[in-house]
Amino acid sequence: MAQVSLEGIRKVYPNGFQAVESTSFTIQDGEFVVLVGPSGCGKSTLLRMIAGLEDISDGTLKIGDRVVNDVDPADRDIAMVFQNYALYPHMTVRKNIGYGLKNRGTPATEISAKVEDAAKMLNLTEYLDRKPAQLSGGQRQRVAMGRAVVRDPALFLFDEPLSNLDAKLRNQMRIEIKALQRRLGTTAVYVTHDQVEAMTMADRIIVLNEGRIEQIGTPYEVYHNPASTFVASFMGAPPMNLIEAEVAEQQVRINGYDGLMPAPAAYVGPVTLGVRPEDVELNNQGSVTFRVDILEELGAHRLLHGTIAEQPFSVLVGKDEDVQTGETRVTLKPDALRLFDAETGKTL
Amino acid sequence: MADTTLEAPAATRRPRRIRWETVGDHVVLILGSLLMMLPPLIALTTASHDAVTIHREGLQLTLGDDLGKNFKNALFEKGGFTKNVNGMLMLMNSFILGIGFAVGKIIISMMAAYAIVYFRLRFATLAFWIIFTTLLLPLEVRILPSYEAIQKLGLTNTYTGLIVPLIASATGTFFFRQFFLSVPEELAEAARIDGAGPWKFFIDILVPLSRTMIAAIFIIMFVFGWNQYLWPTLITTDESFFTLVRGIKQIVLTYTDANIPEHGLALALAIVAMIPPVAIVIFFQNWFVKGLTESDK
Repeated sequence: MAQVSLEGIRKVYPNGFQAVESTSFTIQDGEFVVLVGPSGCGKSTLLRMIAGLEDISDGTLKIGDRVVNDVDPADRDIAMVFQNYALYPHMTVRKNIGYGLKNRGTPATEISAKVEDAAKMLNLTEYLDRKPAQLSGGQRQRVAMGRAVVRDPALFLFDEPLSNLDAKLRNQMRIEIKALQRRLGTTAVYVTHDQVEAMTMADRIIVLNEGRIEQIGTPYEVYHNPASTFVASFMGAPPMNLIEAEVAEQQVRINGYDGLMPAPAAYVGPVTLGVRPEDVELNNQGSVTFRVDILEELGAHRLLHGTIAEQPFSVLVGKDEDVQTGETRVTLKPDALRLFDAETGKTL
Repeated sequence: MADTTLEAPAATRRPRRIRWETVGDHVVLILGSLLMMLPPLIALTTASHDAVTIHREGLQLTLGDDLGKNFKNALFEKGGFTKNVNGMLMLMNSFILGIGFAVGKIIISMMAAYAIVYFRLRFATLAFWIIFTTLLLPLEVRILPSYEAIQKLGLTNTYTGLIVPLIASATGTFFFRQFFLSVPEELAEAARIDGAGPWKFFIDILVPLSRTMIAAIFIIMFVFGWNQYLWPTLITTDESFFTLVRGIKQIVLTYTDANIPEHGLALALAIVAMIPPVAIVIFFQNWFVKGLTESDK
């Protein structure tokens, strides 16, 4: 159990490509932090630097009170779960789980006791003498978890551990991993490109884009107060609507509609207006005209795709709302509107 | 009761159609097998006759009376120029050469491939291609310098001299390199985090994973080593180091002068020489196919 702190961590590859820009944050003891971002955003590189599988070009990495920049992965007191599980195919589940302990010179009786415990925790007891090839995807995933858990490390690292599972199993494992981490109270860093995983599992989310941190915050903060248009469009499905607008006379104005919300005092000029599809209400007295082009049936909800002032827009309504394609009136909830700088995309 | 017993087979019996395609396939296969089997068979039948008959009448297609005697003599009679080498000794020498050759090649090429694939060496790719180009320089091309080196080291007429100069293997290195490249990188990383150093990773993970590959290469190299003729001929003059492949010729030669060549003995020895490679191929057959085809590890 430990706090992890990154101070100005950077990764530059020999060919000059900067995969991770100078990054600083601290992960509290026992916290579950999710690094999320599109592929190539540097999230895996960052994780692998924490693991010690990738050299750190610049900066200081601390696990607990110890600077571990030059410490071998084996000595960092970490355990990692890989995307493809990386189980040793020729070893039984028992040996797979116990291998790390064996290499550290743990006595055989202690290993077998710990392996039994870990297996019990993960419902693997009856599979202990099977080889990985005889297990299903979910079971292999559990063995990979077992291998991490059995060593009782200070830090768990997860590298997209659920992306090879089917959707149903993924939901189940998501809950299991989270519950296990809660129970053990071990600090965890989890990498994923799936924003649903990030939202559901994280204590705090770190959103990365092009090697840069876009935002650090709780799932609630990231969802409701995105720090940039990137975060707004990446987190949440369906994503936040982003439309071009303008601030004049301390009012936000979309082409043709005035007074949607009061704007910050000293600002004049173009902005990007963000609003979540569920924060829009169909309302006959509404001030804004929304032209519905496509109705998407989602079961519990309906997603309406269309345009406002010629700009693409979507609205999420309950399954019982009676909607037709064509023009309809809507209200945008004033306190749910977010403004971003039109140039930089940063929140205003 | 009687009805049911009569009816049951009638219901399952179907008119058997002759599938001419299958018949054709089998005819071709049988002819092919016969063609391959015939020379060893003739060798066996001929080996069952005495030297005089063979000398007078040539190859024999029927079994004679001297099969046991010829084999016994071939294996146990001290022969050769010095009269202190028999078939058993040559068999043992062949095994030492074949196994030493195969095992040595596997160890050296596995370690070379391990270094090339898993370590960030300067010029690793260049090193690999240099090793690979040695395929263009087989033993026959470099035989004089090789001989000179061994002779200067005083290793003529030793097993070391017989085996060591041959065990560097570009083929083996290439096969193992391709195999190691197909092993997921995450496996090495997981092992690193599990506290396995380079040596442990090699022994605990890579070697067991490569076992089908090792078996496949063992077969190829054993047969290759077993059949070596030129190098043993050069490097061993002492008859106690003779291998079977050499010995066969020696029998025919030494007996030529005044006597009738002992063709029966030579053929018996040839059959003895054929058995171990065949046995090894049959024994390792499944692994062999797996090793060369299975790539998902």
